[in-house]
Amino acid sequence: MNIVDNLGMGKPSDLVQGTLDLLILKTLLPESMHGWAIAKRIQQISGEVLQVQQGSLYPALHRLEQQGWIKAKWSESETGRQAKFYSLTAAGRAQLEKETANWNRLSAAINLVVSEI
Amino acid sequence: MRWLHQLRMRILMMLGRAGAGTHLDDELSFHLERQIAENIAAGMTAEEARYSALRTFGNPALLRDQARSTWSWSSLESIARDVRIGARTLYRAPSFTLIAIFVMALGLGANVALFTIVRGVLLKPLPYVDPDRLIMLYESEHAASAGPQYAPVDPRSFFDWQKASTGIEQMAMVSPFQSYNVSAEGGKLPERIDAGWCSWNFFSLLGVHPAIGRSFVAGDDQSGASATVLITDTFWKRRYAGDPSIVGKTVWLDAHPYTVIGVLPSWFVYSGSFGGKNIQAWTPFNHEAPPSLLNTYEDHEAIIAARLKPGATLQGVVSQITSIQQQIKKDHPGPAVHPFASGRLMLDDTVQDYRTPLYVLLAATVCVLFIACMNVAGLLVARTAARGKEMAIRTALGGGRLRLMREQLTESVLICLTAGVIGIGLAWTALQFLGHFEPDMNRIESVRIDWVVLLFTFIAIAVCALFSGALSAFSFHGRHLLSTLQESSRSTQGSQRRATLRRSLLVIEVSLTVVLLAGAGLLLKSYQRMRGTDLGIPIENTLTMHISLPDERYKPAIQATFFEQLITQVRALPGVASAGLVSTAPGQGWGGDSLADVVERPMRPQDFLDMHMRAAEPGYFAAAQIPLLRGRIFTSDERFERGKVAVISREAALKLFPKDDPIGKHVRFNFTHTDFEIVGVVADTRWDIHEPTKPTIYEPLYGNDFNGATIFVRSTHNVESLAMPIENVIGRLDRDLPASNVKTLRETIDKSTIDSQFDSLLVLGFAMIALLLAAAGLYGVLTYLVTQRTSELGIRMALGAKRAQLLRTVLFDGLRPALLGLVLGLGASIFAVRLIKSMLYQTEALDPTVFGAVAMLLLAVAFLACMLPAWRASRLDPMQALRTE
Repeated sequence: MNIVDNLGMGKPSDLVQGTLDLLILKTLLPESMHGWAIAKRIQQISGEVLQVQQGSLYPALHRLEQQGWIKAKWSESETGRQAKFYSLTAAGRAQLEKETANWNRLSAAINLVVSEI
Repeated sequence: MRWLHQLRMRILMMLGRAGAGTHLDDELSFHLERQIAENIAAGMTAEEARYSALRTFGNPALLRDQARSTWSWSSLESIARDVRIGARTLYRAPSFTLIAIFVMALGLGANVALFTIVRGVLLKPLPYVDPDRLIMLYESEHAASAGPQYAPVDPRSFFDWQKASTGIEQMAMVSPFQSYNVSAEGGKLPERIDAGWCSWNFFSLLGVHPAIGRSFVAGDDQSGASATVLITDTFWKRRYAGDPSIVGKTVWLDAHPYTVIGVLPSWFVYSGSFGGKNIQAWTPFNHEAPPSLLNTYEDHEAIIAARLKPGATLQGVVSQITSIQQQIKKDHPGPAVHPFASGRLMLDDTVQDYRTPLYVLLAATVCVLFIACMNVAGLLVARTAARGKEMAIRTALGGGRLRLMREQLTESVLICLTAGVIGIGLAWTALQFLGHFEPDMNRIESVRIDWVVLLFTFIAIAVCALFSGALSAFSFHGRHLLSTLQESSRSTQGSQRRATLRRSLLVIEVSLTVVLLAGAGLLLKSYQRMRGTDLGIPIENTLTMHISLPDERYKPAIQATFFEQLITQVRALPGVASAGLVSTAPGQGWGGDSLADVVERPMRPQDFLDMHMRAAEPGYFAAAQIPLLRGRIFTSDERFERGKVAVISREAALKLFPKDDPIGKHVRFNFTHTDFEIVGVVADTRWDIHEPTKPTIYEPLYGNDFNGATIFVRSTHNVESLAMPIENVIGRLDRDLPASNVKTLRETIDKSTIDSQFDSLLVLGFAMIALLLAAAGLYGVLTYLVTQRTSELGIRMALGAKRAQLLRTVLFDGLRPALLGLVLGLGASIFAVRLIKSMLYQTEALDPTVFGAVAMLLLAVAFLACMLPAWRASRLDPMQALRTE
């Protein structure tokens, strides 16, 4: 499954965008991390199925930050260079729960339809 | 808590935008570096690692933009960027920008000014209570179907209407033609003021309450009541320095004591179709008017103001009053009794005379603005054409069409906004100027730039920006991308296409210009006709001033002595060539009229001749230089009981005595029951420069019930300097007597032609601007075409085309839109000039000389505008031209 089309030229659809938001929020739940680490984590956990075009994370991260779901802080990374670390806000946690519930409902519904055929 | 985060982000994004930008770059490059490092660790070479990282990452520049666009204020940021680009582009072409802004500012300024006037004068409701229900009633000689006449009303008819009409809540008589001598008191000079008589309920009918004191009550409005007066705010402030205890004090009007009962509010200005803007004091009608006036159907001295009952209509009331009036005519068939009534809304009554001129001017300004828009659009189209390839490349690279259009719109918005700001300044200046130029215009006091005007300006700016911007934006055809890209600089097809658009704009421009020129030409001709109108006497170096003797102190015999002393002393003044006394000088107004019969050959009452009545002292005719045609002028001892002799004007002689000699015959005035023997006939003079001459009779000044006179002085040069010495003469004879209306006949005529001058010069100005713009447009388009065709022209020349032939070809090419526009414009003018028909004086709406002159002027200007580029084209050096890219 490609989350973003290869060229990254078009805007992601609402569904895809919502999914990417959910993935980011979920990834950030245990600890704060920077963009590269988020990309790696999503790839790793999904067993390399989700080929997130790495760059497209950043528009999503900035949007979430603007909306107040996540907050950012510059601090030293594991290589010693300054990096921007994102972490969930309280509102973000609540949002994650909501979106997870949404996702569960949606995927259950799709499962039902798919298994029917 | 989330809103706190959002707010923090908003502030952060607003204040720390530049920092955020660098941080974003840092963030992205950190990511790439990590990926590259990982790739190298996985065994790739440095270069491979970099490419692979970029592949998985995507286009960093684009992603950077996408991330930025999620920030708050990003739409504002992109607008700011567009504005910056637009401003820079405009700044790089300063002459283009300045011309465009100047043109737009003129157009917008003129429109804002005219809109402000139209709104203030014509559209705003009158400042009274429920102004929609206020109407004015008049009498008329003919039925409404033949075009209603709005003539003043006699008091008896008013009383009958008041009794019998049902649709009217209340009605009041107003006579705004009155005046009083205010006596010298407390060291103040005497002065003559305009005044109005009104029924006691006039102010309560309007809903106007005095600022201090009280209004009239029914008890004041009776012949036996004690004399009361309401004064206006200007008079109170000017003459009584705003004395707060003025109410209850006594002022002397025409040597009678009056008690001031109140001061009207400062915003109250009476302005009806019969004037009255300068009224300083109001007195009750029934107290002031002589009993003879109150008991006649034949003396028309009043205008009727009325308030409709809720639900009643103007038409209903007018038709009811018309039938009352018809009954009156049946019962009293006197020749001066009017058979019909007419009426209109009070607002219409106030501004009727201004409606057509103002709408005509507004139409002219809209034309100018439209032309300005098209000129700016034309300039922008030319620039778009020049940038065609750049646009095509940007489109090919994925530049959104909307994005490109937005950039062009931004330019025209910038031009129009700047022009709008300047335009408001221009409009404000113009309005100040108008206040000085036309202080007598009704309702000029309500002309103000307010928020509605600002809103109008804003809308006008938006419309202009959209119009001129959209035209140029659409002139770039995104669909023909490939052909634009392939278009070599030598091919001319694409540029021809855009030139067609500019040419069509030019055709419209030229035709609008022709309409404006035609209108201006007609108005100017009419104005010159009016200026050239002969009053009947030479007007240079003549001075007039009016004095009015209060009956109280001046019995007829004393009057005669006074006037004789006065005129003898005036004649003795150095510089006075000749002087005389007359009740009303030529060109200075109606001055009173009466119906006349001939004693020797009695006429039917309906055939009585309406004559202007003038009283004159024998020396007047020589001073005014009115030629004597027959008989003699009455002598100075023909006065009082011997004073029943008269001189009539040529027109009166023709009308009263078409066949026989008037000398020795008698004219009879039934209204006053007096007969006059005719001793002479003099030439006609005009009473108003706009109106045809009227039959006139001159009676001796002494003993014929005239208590005022105009001193008429003729000098050889510098007549204005005589005003002071003459006023001193008057002051020495009676220190309580003011001189009023001190002016030269030249000033009288200037004043009565000022509206015509104002309208014609303004429209002429607009037409000239339009002509200039059209010429600039023609020049611009042809120059552009010639540049585009340089190589083609070079080839033709190389192949042997003659220079004269090329000149002709190019010239005709340029003149075509002008010719087409001229034809269209002349056609449109035929309809448009109907609008200004009512403003024309002795000028046909389809005056062939004006139309001919307009056509010639336009062709000449168009020819000049096209000649230069055409000539340049014919002078091209073929070798140079062929090498031109």
